[in-house]
Amino acid sequence: MVANGPMLRLLPRLDDDVAFYWTSGEDGVLRLLHCNACGFFIHPPGPVCPRCLSRDVAPEAVSGRGHVETFTVNHQQWIPGSDPYIIAWVSIDEQPDVRLTTNLIDVEPEDVRIGMPVRVVFEQAEDVWLPLFTPEGAS
Amino acid sequence: MSPPPVEEPLERRAVISGIGQSAVGRRLGRSDLDLTVEAALDAIADAGLSRDDIDGLSTYPGMGAGTPGFGGPPSPEVQDALGLSLNWHDGGGEGPGQMRAVMAAALAVAAGLARHVLVYRTVTEGTAQGAGGRQGIGGSGGGGGGVPRFGSFMQWSLPFGAVSAANWIAMVGQRRVHEFGLTREQLGQIAVNGRRNAALNPKAIYSDPLSLDDYLAARIITTPLCLFDCDAPCDGSTAVIVSHRDVADDLDHPAVQINALGTALRGRPSWDQFDDMTSMAARDAAASMWERTDLKPGDVDTAQLYDGFSVLTIVWLEALGFCGRGESGPFIEGGGAIARDGLLPLNTAGGQLSGGRLHGFGLIHEACVQLRGEGGERQVVRPGGRVPEVAAVANGGGPIAGTMLLTRGVR
Ligand SMILES: [Zn+2]
Repeated sequence: MVANGPMLRLLPRLDDDVAFYWTSGEDGVLRLLHCNACGFFIHPPGPVCPRCLSRDVAPEAVSGRGHVETFTVNHQQWIPGSDPYIIAWVSIDEQPDVRLTTNLIDVEPEDVRIGMPVRVVFEQAEDVWLPLFTPEGAS
Repeated sequence: MSPPPVEEPLERRAVISGIGQSAVGRRLGRSDLDLTVEAALDAIADAGLSRDDIDGLSTYPGMGAGTPGFGGPPSPEVQDALGLSLNWHDGGGEGPGQMRAVMAAALAVAAGLARHVLVYRTVTEGTAQGAGGRQGIGGSGGGGGGVPRFGSFMQWSLPFGAVSAANWIAMVGQRRVHEFGLTREQLGQIAVNGRRNAALNPKAIYSDPLSLDDYLAARIITTPLCLFDCDAPCDGSTAVIVSHRDVADDLDHPAVQINALGTALRGRPSWDQFDDMTSMAARDAAASMWERTDLKPGDVDTAQLYDGFSVLTIVWLEALGFCGRGESGPFIEGGGAIARDGLLPLNTAGGQLSGGRLHGFGLIHEACVQLRGEGGERQVVRPGGRVPEVAAVANGGGPIAGTMLLTRGVR
């Protein structure tokens, strides 16, 4: 059984431009910055849409569904006391060129496949809701 | 989109006229400035110059960068220590890999801003890390009150324990397993080849034999990477003198001309957002280099390709066109093609995996050694008894990549 992540969660600062993202899970919904002019999801968030250069951008809810693009099972004790855990890049179904670095949980390494569908689950750490992912269909 | 073509790339006006290197070791317990001075004086003497001839100074990454032992001394400290009077100076960590400092120097020389630029890269990561082993990036601090939090790009990976470049590169490796069928037996040849060559490098950190079985039995760091896929932190300084090509005839050894620089970053500057997870910026840097020269991959006699992690080396092999995309696994399988007497002698001083993590500059140094025919026991001899005439050097990985083509003598 691998862990859900490292022994210790090193947390983001909740700067103004990203606070919405890191707290979005409070109501169980994943949100990404979205361009109201052209519909592009902008990740990481920025002040302007890199596709059409509109500044009309705002957080928008997404389904929380995605696919595993690649992964690694970390064994090294970068953070002492950690059991092995799975790090992955997960693409977001609404716009697959957006990838989130995340942990895969409730799945064993031998059952992870690149291309497998996953859905978001949030882990709260202090005032941050970390988007983690679990296989679609898992309880 | 490529820049407009030029009649002659300006970098060709620059040569590496001298090379130098300090002692290299696991933990030397010497200051970064002390090591840098040793390498610098070695390089200045090698170029047949004196301190007073040096009018330019450049380094990577410059002041205050990175984890302990990573940055080396800032350029003002080196200028002052050596009593240099400068017409041009530069230091920084952003650009096409560690060799950005050499690129900047070449362009400064071509522009007439300086005549002889001392370029150095110094690490004391061996001493700084002590017995603690390899560290993650920014992996300090902990939870609870008063604990530092993270902003900027690290915030996207640190919370998930993706603390080290090893984790990010492992994901590139796993994607290559998926797309191209890369095996650990294939990947292991990068480490095994490096160790074989390191046995002939007196300064190498690890020189005892390493078999493929040893590799396969090694401790896993982050799948599919094991201990031997990760380079060896060390102490050491490497310096080169970049001069105008006019000096080539005055040297007592062949000048090493910079034939072409590869600097492009056309995809997104990000590990997790780059469009192609199997190549990243190496693809762009390599493409832009070949756009600036009539030389072809088949002209290259030796390749010194960044091996901070083995996966980066195979990415460079493909990006630079030594084999097709996705074909590096079969290309390196068995190790024959990349051996000193093979099709493409690779990382002939042991690279960073066994030679030590001199962070890009060890590879630049070795390319010059080979082109000058000064490799001694490890000298590459091409079919027909030829000393190498063209070398490819690459630094960096992921969204940070630079490459250059070097030639023996001015063309
Ligand atoms: Zn837009």
